[in-house]
Amino acid sequence: MTRRTSPYLILAAATATSLVLGACGDSSDATDEEAAGSGGEVSLTVATFNEFGYEELLEEYEELNPGVTVEHVKADTADNARAALRNSLGANSGAADIEAMEVDWVTEFKQYPDKFADLSDPEVEGRWLDWKTEAVTLEDGTLMGYGTDIGPEAVCYRADLFEEAGLPTDREEVAELLGESWEDYFAAGREFVATSDAAWYDSAGALWQGMINQVDFVYEDADNNVVATTNPQVRELYDQVLAASVDDELSAGLGQWSSDWSSAFQEDEFATMLCPGWMLGVIEGNAEGVEGWDIANTFPGGGGNWGGSYLTVPAQGDNIEEATKLAAWLTAPEQQLKAFESKGTFPSQVEALGSDTLLGSTNAFFNDAPTGEILAERAEAVTMMPHKGPKYFEINTALQDAITRVDVDGTDDPDSSWDKFVAAVEALG
Amino acid sequence: MGATTTAPPAGALPPPPAPAPTPQPGRRGRGRARLARLDSTASPYLYIAPFFLLFIVTGLFPLVYTGWVALHDWDQIMGKGEFVGMENYVDVLTGRGFWKALANTVSIFVLSSVPQIMAALLIAALLDRNLRARTFWRMGVLLPYVVAPVAVALIFNNLFADRFGLINLLLETVGLDPVRWHSDRLASHVAIATMVNFRWTGYNALILLAAMQAIPRDLYEQAAIDGANAWRQFWSVTVPMLRPTIVFVVITSTIGGLQIFDEPKMYDSFGRGGADQQWQTLTIYLYELGWTRADFGMASAVAVLLFGIIVVFGVVNFLLTRRIAHDDGGRR
Repeated sequence: MTRRTSPYLILAAATATSLVLGACGDSSDATDEEAAGSGGEVSLTVATFNEFGYEELLEEYEELNPGVTVEHVKADTADNARAALRNSLGANSGAADIEAMEVDWVTEFKQYPDKFADLSDPEVEGRWLDWKTEAVTLEDGTLMGYGTDIGPEAVCYRADLFEEAGLPTDREEVAELLGESWEDYFAAGREFVATSDAAWYDSAGALWQGMINQVDFVYEDADNNVVATTNPQVRELYDQVLAASVDDELSAGLGQWSSDWSSAFQEDEFATMLCPGWMLGVIEGNAEGVEGWDIANTFPGGGGNWGGSYLTVPAQGDNIEEATKLAAWLTAPEQQLKAFESKGTFPSQVEALGSDTLLGSTNAFFNDAPTGEILAERAEAVTMMPHKGPKYFEINTALQDAITRVDVDGTDDPDSSWDKFVAAVEALG
Repeated sequence: MGATTTAPPAGALPPPPAPAPTPQPGRRGRGRARLARLDSTASPYLYIAPFFLLFIVTGLFPLVYTGWVALHDWDQIMGKGEFVGMENYVDVLTGRGFWKALANTVSIFVLSSVPQIMAALLIAALLDRNLRARTFWRMGVLLPYVVAPVAVALIFNNLFADRFGLINLLLETVGLDPVRWHSDRLASHVAIATMVNFRWTGYNALILLAAMQAIPRDLYEQAAIDGANAWRQFWSVTVPMLRPTIVFVVITSTIGGLQIFDEPKMYDSFGRGGADQQWQTLTIYLYELGWTRADFGMASAVAVLLFGIIVVFGVVNFLLTRRIAHDDGGRR
């Protein structure tokens, strides 16, 4: 009996397999037709990372626009969001209708303008700070993204450690003490470490980030030729930050974001930190229970911006028009202020920077400092964005490695570490 | 399994199949017979075909395609560029990064696999004895395997932190110098190997234990009568009888060890293998080339080289383990 039926069984199994496989292949087409067919109904996906403060805003948008449903996809870190976006761009499918991008890697996506919709629109002109928009505007005027938040930098400090070292503790006096230039800031640091066990700042790498964001052309010239290893300014700043960090022992030698760094907030390890708006939450989280943090309205070398994001619309999406509409709505001053209230993301919109909601906000953890007002002033002090070419991210990573080798690991001195940096840049080709 | 149980006699066979029905004369009968013959020769292949079809689609095709990508200038997003022949291989092999990553990989592999298999063998031998609450102990060694790798990495990150890590705090309380777990190259390898061993030792121990349970107990009785002590029994009975399983465990841990990714990736918050490439393994190097630098061509070249390295190591280990277990008591 079995012998006779088995050939049919095989046939049946084969048919079943092909049916299953066929069904798999068809299913996606079916949903596409459905989406396109039932006119008026649009479903959009928005991909963000960390906290954008969009949860309630997206619900509000659905209510305002019947027929539109929005799905929010959140990645845990910006790096994962970047990797996912790169993959879907490479495969030419799978990207969300709106993809959030971090300022540090938005530049590398400028190499692929065809992959994104041009969002330029007279209606949104002048909505953002100039430098925020310039960073995502291509030579031909294409606007790749709408700005969400920015990271204007101030200096956070431990008033209790300042007091022990005999330095002023009042916000304004501290701002004066820290001065205007990096040299002033380091001089104050030398004064501090002479009488304190703590270091002046957490990490040389963090300072590098602050310094380099004030230089027009760092690693690449206007034509994107790599000049990182020959640009005298790079080597000067590199020597300056390492001399202050290692020779003057101003740095606590902690790699930023390492577990040692996070733990150090619970100890009296360092007294100041470069402090973009979003860092306030990080400090508050890590330094829970520690009293004495405050924020001074100054930044060495003028203004500085660290971080902040954009919303972009990948060209592969089916509903580019609707997605653009949503992105424009989300990044309007009114909405971004609501996001600020919900998650503290500091708005990049000119109008929002002057709003009472923002200017009136204070932060209890930082000794009730008027953080809204301070950061708004720090944002005004930012006048430019450094030129960041397609290799910026990789070269900066190599330079951060070079600083870490000297400041944190102690495996190299500044010269040998620089040689390794030069080799790494050459290997990038 | 009690000590009295013996293996079934070697000659035992399943009951002979019922005699096949005599072919009926005539055309229909002959056709059916041919079909039946075809069935018995072809259907086993058809039954295993789904695996191989799936393997060709999800395994072999990517393998060959990787080799194809490695011959091109290939951007992650823009896709295929010019055909460049062996240039990617030349770039990889003349760069400093590849060799340092290779040395790190081999170092971490040796530091993890060797102690791991030794420990697994020992643990399995202990679990093979008549313990109280056997199941409890056996499940206990598997516990680290069940814990999510990310959770393991978090715990070990706290243990091995340079400044405020638990291990360094302990070292300092007993008056020793703290170890620079993230700066020193060898120290970082030891730390990562510890993570790997934590996760895989119990798993390998259970595989070896399962094989040990299948060793006929009368062999031990005979050995005991001949005056062999426990140690001698272990080396002259257990180890030779475990040969195929040891080969299996060695080969799988070779493949896993050379492809190690999770643990070094999560050893610090950047996942790039250290500022001075202290613990950058080949897979991390590959990931950096492909996903940070978007150079799929070079990343694929590294993948192909890694494949070759694993094959070489696998063959060498296979020959070595076969020889070790072959010395005494081997049957072949």
